Amino acid sequence: MNILVIGLITGVLFGFLLQKARVLRYDKQLGALRLQDMTIVKFMLSAVIVGMIGLHLLSDLGLIALSIKGAVLGANVIGGLIFGIGWGLVGYCPGTSLGALGEGRWDALWGILGMLVGAGLYAETYPFMKRTLLTWGDLGKITLADVTGIHHWIIITLLAIGTLGLFRWFEKKGL
Amino acid sequence: MKQLEQGSWSPYLAGALTGVVSVLSVWVSGKYFGASTSFVRTAGMIEQLFAPERVAKMDYFIKEAPVVEWQWMFVVGIFVGALIAALTSGSFRLQAVPDMWAAQFGANSTGKRAGVAFIGGLILMFGARLAGGCPSGHGLSGTMQLSVSGYIALICFFTGGMFVARQLYKGGAKP
Repeated sequence: MNILVIGLITGVLFGFLLQKARVLRYDKQLGALRLQDMTIVKFMLSAVIVGMIGLHLLSDLGLIALSIKGAVLGANVIGGLIFGIGWGLVGYCPGTSLGALGEGRWDALWGILGMLVGAGLYAETYPFMKRTLLTWGDLGKITLADVTGIHHWIIITLLAIGTLGLFRWFEKKGL
Repeated sequence: MKQLEQGSWSPYLAGALTGVVSVLSVWVSGKYFGASTSFVRTAGMIEQLFAPERVAKMDYFIKEAPVVEWQWMFVVGIFVGALIAALTSGSFRLQAVPDMWAAQFGANSTGKRAGVAFIGGLILMFGARLAGGCPSGHGLSGTMQLSVSGYIALICFFTGGMFVARQLYKGGAKP
């Protein structure tokens, strides 16, 4: 099948699940940032734990190749914090903004327009970033297993147990 | 348990299914979830309409060419999937101002909401590109692979977001 069609189908499945879980909404995203409603955190961490197990299983069997993004402290930390500031204002992330528009929350349109302008602005500053922030604290393509020297299945088990504990706590607190 | 809205699915279930879809995506097409690169490509496509020669010479648009590829269709799919889920569950609603926003800033603050969403989107995307990804690329795909950059970025996303949410809803009542 054509790779573009596969992309579309994958996106439709993702968008469907995002809407079903009600995680596309501003109220849910701000609810998490205000520590009042952990729906999006439950959704994300559930996806991460299942994905973590599946990807490492397939990778250990030699069926897929992992694709690790390099850790560059300057870019990851400063870019991450800037992202967070914008996220708190717009209340949608790049993927969910399109989904929010799909369920009729059309204030997402303003956010999407802003995102396009932001992408264009970043393209203008990229040569500068490449000389500065993108070189600060470049640790290469490392994983938690590389950093700690602990086998990846032990880390996955610990993260899964920790996440289940967190879920139990969310439910007990009614978050 | 937190009360679920009618027609919605548990975020744990929908999240776990999202994990399955993301693993299948890597297995079938070798593609990891991500969204923010597509905003760069789209910005490039728009700029190409006005200044094609300039775009062709810009480093960042050479790195992320302004073309439709897998991820671009994936992002379009998120819109379509959310639309289908919203229409079939009766939760589609045209809304210019989110409920939580209206409770804090008034229901007639459409202009203010548009401005804040635009600025937020701009800041967010600049940060996402600097950080090398958004909650899809870093938050889901990165953390699933235990990549250090994914965990750093995700923590910074939430740190920045919680700070802004706190300022924005200072003194706001619990919804």
